[in-house]
Amino acid sequence: MGSFTFKRAEDNTSSSPVPDQKSAPKGLRWLHAGKMKIIFVFLGLLILAFITVPILKMILASSPAILLDTIFDSEVAASILLTLYAALIATVIGFILGVPLAYLLAKTNFRGKRLIEGLIDLPIVIPHSAAGIALLFVFGRNYFMGKAFNAVGIQFLDALAGIVIAMLFVSVPFLIDSAKEGFRKVDTRLENVARTLGASPWQTFTRISFPLAWRSIVAGNIMMWARGMSEFGAVIIIAYHPMIAPVLVYEKFETYGLNYARPIAVILILICLVVFIVLRLLVYRGEKS
Amino acid sequence: MISIRDLSVDLGDFTLKNANLDVVDGEYMVILGPTGAGKTVLLESIAGLYPIKHGQIWLRGKELTKLEPDKRRISIVYQDQALFPHLTVKENIIFGLKVKKAARCEIEKALEQMVNLLGIHSILHRCPATLSGGERQKVALARALCVQPDVLLLDEPLSALDPLTCEDVQNELHRLQRSLHITTLHVTHDFEEAIAIGDRIAVIGDGEVKQVGTPEEIFRQPNSEFVARFAMSRNIYPGVIENTDSGDCLFKTGKATFFVANKNNGATRATIRPENVLISLEPLYSSARNNFVGKISRIIDKGSTLYIAVDLPPEISALITRNSFSEMGLTVGMQVCVTFKASSVHVF
Repeated sequence: MGSFTFKRAEDNTSSSPVPDQKSAPKGLRWLHAGKMKIIFVFLGLLILAFITVPILKMILASSPAILLDTIFDSEVAASILLTLYAALIATVIGFILGVPLAYLLAKTNFRGKRLIEGLIDLPIVIPHSAAGIALLFVFGRNYFMGKAFNAVGIQFLDALAGIVIAMLFVSVPFLIDSAKEGFRKVDTRLENVARTLGASPWQTFTRISFPLAWRSIVAGNIMMWARGMSEFGAVIIIAYHPMIAPVLVYEKFETYGLNYARPIAVILILICLVVFIVLRLLVYRGEKS
Repeated sequence: MISIRDLSVDLGDFTLKNANLDVVDGEYMVILGPTGAGKTVLLESIAGLYPIKHGQIWLRGKELTKLEPDKRRISIVYQDQALFPHLTVKENIIFGLKVKKAARCEIEKALEQMVNLLGIHSILHRCPATLSGGERQKVALARALCVQPDVLLLDEPLSALDPLTCEDVQNELHRLQRSLHITTLHVTHDFEEAIAIGDRIAVIGDGEVKQVGTPEEIFRQPNSEFVARFAMSRNIYPGVIENTDSGDCLFKTGKATFFVANKNNGATRATIRPENVLISLEPLYSSARNNFVGKISRIIDKGSTLYIAVDLPPEISALITRNSFSEMGLTVGMQVCVTFKASSVHVF
């Protein structure tokens, strides 16, 4: 049987089953100095300036002394802590309820999956004040969930729990979508191999799927937290008090004017910026590895 | 013994209808089929990763069809190895024992055995991303074998490797399988690979098992045109068998008539392996009974060897080495003599 000197005859495709991705050129090499590129760069710079100039100007125009004063103002400090805390609770709830759903959506196929994916993104597209009203129709004192929670001593109207559900509602799509993408990127065959090696579905989830999707899940958590922190419309409908930072900014602006609202707004933006930078770093390192 | 009974898989572009296959304990069975989705699904069905709608799978008298994959004791090694990227080589190998909560000393013992068996001591603490193709394949094998499975499934284990590594891993597989006596199902689209490594080969195509036999049988006596083509026999002819009064058996195809050695009166196809066809500039006086003259119609260059197609008619391909090709100075249109023995004509 050792006399087969000829090589596989008809099958030219078999020689490289894995496409060489490194050799693919990055970007359009021919798009250098043409007129089109100049116009596109100019338009791009306009929108970039529109985003950054107001934020930078506001941050740079505030004196550090006033910022420090503001941050130690007990009313401001309390509202910022409340904001961070409420957003954190919302994120934890979103994590517990959202990650399993993300896993199901990423790893199974079923009828109506697209519909469910659409429903999850619904909070992103509806006006947030309208979302607040909708939530009141379920969690309000005279409605079903409101009554049920009232029985165990939890109230929503003008209370922490109300802030949490408003934040949860508008920000949970970010966590679910990010976690879903993370799970989807986990090669199904890794999970298959784990099963054949003796791992139960739980073990496969905790030892393979979750650790491998971890970066996306953390990114989703941070995104959800940041989004929750910045929520205004839905929160103000359900709970004007206790006052979260975005509501406080609004109230100061309404009663005292621009100059009184600005320091709080700057602090809020700085906090969001830090969270945002951490998030980008995390995503960037994930892409690199 | 593992038995596949009436297994049907329907995947749109790939279907398998009532497939039956028996693999003896300790046997190395190669499942050979054309490129495309399907062979992987067959393995995944056996492993319990793909639900089986019709048919049954039995292992040593026990039915596995409805059993969860973690209860089957069947390990799978995928084409790209599917190593856990977040775990080191060592953690990959002992994963199976870890999830089964094996005792620490047992894990250490099994790990040591695998490491010695595959000679991968130096890479134990590396990450899969830093390994070469051959190393990855060894780690994947170690991980699969560490749980002492009853059956080992290999999904195109050699096709993602470069030719040199491929040969290494092929030898390694052969050695491992012989020393462990583990029942192995190896899926491939590569005929040479199948011939080189399999105790037996099952050829699948058009959604069914076409032929099961030793490499020799598949190579010399294909039972259908599909198998013959897969075995890279280019010379396949339709025709009829005729017995002459003088006791000769002839196969008539178009204008040509071949002498045939084995009698198979119902045969409608004949195949002659290209390496059994001789090309000469002068007629040969030999015991070979099939002698023709024709013009070279095509020359197909395969590197160290070439296929020379001669129009008799019909067209017949001969496989020759590059040395003979240049010594004889063959060109398209040249008139040459074609010779092959009656016993080289396989009719079916």
